[in-house]
Amino acid sequence: MIVVNTETIPGYEIVALKGLVQGNTIRAKHLGRDMAAGLKNLLGGELRGYTELLIEARRQALERMLAQAEQLEANAVVNVRFTTSAVTQGAAELYAYGTAVVAHEIAGKAEA
Amino acid sequence: MPLQFWLQVVPFVVLITLGFTVGGFVERRHLKRLAAWEAELADILVTDLKKLPVEVSAQHCGLVMGEVVIASDYFKTVAAKFKGMFGGELSTFQTLMDRARREALVRLMKRAKAMGANRVYNVRFESSNIGAMRRNKPSAMVELYAYGTAVHVPEQDASE
Repeated sequence: MIVVNTETIPGYEIVALKGLVQGNTIRAKHLGRDMAAGLKNLLGGELRGYTELLIEARRQALERMLAQAEQLEANAVVNVRFTTSAVTQGAAELYAYGTAVVAHEIAGKAEA
Repeated sequence: MPLQFWLQVVPFVVLITLGFTVGGFVERRHLKRLAAWEAELADILVTDLKKLPVEVSAQHCGLVMGEVVIASDYFKTVAAKFKGMFGGELSTFQTLMDRARREALVRLMKRAKAMGANRVYNVRFESSNIGAMRRNKPSAMVELYAYGTAVHVPEQDASE
């Protein structure tokens, strides 16, 4: 599965449009991580626990989106966008969406 | 009364000095690292252009992302709250956002490089305030997220 956030895929030709695909996940933070974050708030710096949490959550949203694309028998997703929103205090929704398409490699161009 | 007074003042002063010294050190170290990484990744061209130039033949494209959650130190948070009463530019948070954005971009470029790409197209930035999500503790914690499409463009085309 090719995933890009451009409208076209370099070296490929889009032959069929399959429609919008989307995936989301809502995550709450961990108490231990929140305490570590409280300490970091005094000293400054990166909150690794939160960064990892968000990487994980975003990957899951992306995987759910890709599962939808697979169901539509697409082999690529173009124009992928991400958004984040706070649902309640302490929880965030991560949302990924894009357009599932069928793309074929342009013959001869890949070698050029 | 004096004991109560000291119990309130001493932790505050300790936290402020801790934030000022450690936070300042962390920030300077981070900026130094960022400069080093940016110099190392200078060969990767990053653009927010949507469309690829027609003459370019590109291979191995894929989504790359970089993200970071970063917190302000206590000194800066207090300083910003104080300054916020009078309005004007909050330069303490400006450097925080700048650091976070650069870090996210550096991580994105590192991943692009690991994929064997030399260009990243259609880069988008997104930020969200994590601090506001914490109960009763409005604090400056921000998530910066950068994503784009990494492509490899062969050398002879890259000059165009």
